[in-house]
Amino acid sequence: MYKKFTLPLTDEVLKDLKAGDNLLLTGVIYTARDAAHKRMVEALDHGKSLPFDIKGATIYYMSPTPARPGRIIGSAGPTTSGRMDAYAPRLIAEGLKGMIGKGSRSKAVKDAMVKHKAVYLGAIGGAGAIMSKSIKGVEIIAYEELGAGAISRLEVENFPVTVVNDIYGGDLYEEGKAKYQVKAS
Amino acid sequence: MREIQAGDVTNTVARLFEHSCHYLPPDVIIALKQAREKEKSPVCRDVLGRILENVEIAGKEQIPLCQDTGAAVVMLELGQEVHITNGDLYTAVNEGVRLGYDNGYLRKSIVNQPCFARVNTTDNTPAMIHTDIVPGGRLKISILPKGGGSENCSRLTVLTPAKGRQGVIDFVVDLVDEVGSNPCPPVIIGVGIGGTTDKAMFIAKKVLLRKVGEPSPDPEVADLEREILERVNNLGIGAMGYGGTVTALAVHVETFPCHIASMPVAVNMQCWCARREEAIL
Repeated sequence: MYKKFTLPLTDEVLKDLKAGDNLLLTGVIYTARDAAHKRMVEALDHGKSLPFDIKGATIYYMSPTPARPGRIIGSAGPTTSGRMDAYAPRLIAEGLKGMIGKGSRSKAVKDAMVKHKAVYLGAIGGAGAIMSKSIKGVEIIAYEELGAGAISRLEVENFPVTVVNDIYGGDLYEEGKAKYQVKAS
Repeated sequence: MREIQAGDVTNTVARLFEHSCHYLPPDVIIALKQAREKEKSPVCRDVLGRILENVEIAGKEQIPLCQDTGAAVVMLELGQEVHITNGDLYTAVNEGVRLGYDNGYLRKSIVNQPCFARVNTTDNTPAMIHTDIVPGGRLKISILPKGGGSENCSRLTVLTPAKGRQGVIDFVVDLVDEVGSNPCPPVIIGVGIGGTTDKAMFIAKKVLLRKVGEPSPDPEVADLEREILERVNNLGIGAMGYGGTVTALAVHVETFPCHIASMPVAVNMQCWCARREEAIL
């Protein structure tokens, strides 16, 4: 069952999200991966503003394939989130509310999600073709020199994600695994 | 002596990469469908359903299956009777990568220097080329666009011979458990046992070229593959790590003779999006 959900994520709506919920997101999200994260945290360290308003924002860990002529984007699935763990707690403390990616997060990131109320949403790794169909608008807004790693503003419609980490410390990876694990006899 | 034009090598490599990033091999699609049948978790059945839908869309609409169109791994089996004309072999392969990634609108993911500036080479070269010289007058080209997410979950160890078969099983199972959702399960696990460390890593990757579900011809090795697969699927990780009964589609093991003091074990992890192709010139 997928629940339709309109962004942005607010503390109020985050209360109702639980690890394992399937959502179809509609609204604005921003792409960023390692290099862009590094620059954003450096900007904060130097007291500079970020390329977009981080308060209430959702970041998608993704860098797409080039768009074919006549299309706005190519294949657009998630990258491994763990590479952003070094930077994520800082952005969460600044007001980031949602992260979309794949793969497990560090304890520091999970703690920050509980403390500052943010969620981690899983997208299906390797399914970039299907994901690109939910992206209706793309605009590069910063770090264009990073190529596919630039920050883009995406307008998404019914973008499928699953809640992996909720604001209560729930973790789908741990809960799901515990349910299906067969202990050695 | 048989002559093969460098230009033919280039065009073949280009075609293989472009095609492979849009179409999975039939054996991989069958394995994914079987996984969906077998999977007990409704959440993971849904994930596998979407994965199969993704496979359909990629081919039909010419959108790469995954945005990570990989490092270009090229394995050559070069017949010793072959003479490459009008250019050199590795330049021809790299030119093919450049052409294929450009024509196919594939992502260029290679940086020129691993631990300093990391500037993108913008054409996905250089390819990772391995060459075996074999008897005969043909050139077999096998390619793998190898995604970073699963490659990052690969590992090498050298066990003491006393650890034996059980040591191999534990090493692979513990690794799969540790990396969990990161390599985009359900994975295909390439395992190389023996040789020297470099050889072990190479055969772990090369065995990924085997058709999914095809056991090793050596009954002892095939039995090891079955046991590792069962143990891995008992971990409960499931598709995308959401909790389920199918964590791996297959385990492929290759062995090689080794030193009396050593037992290298290498694991090359392959995501479900197991793109590979081959051609013979």
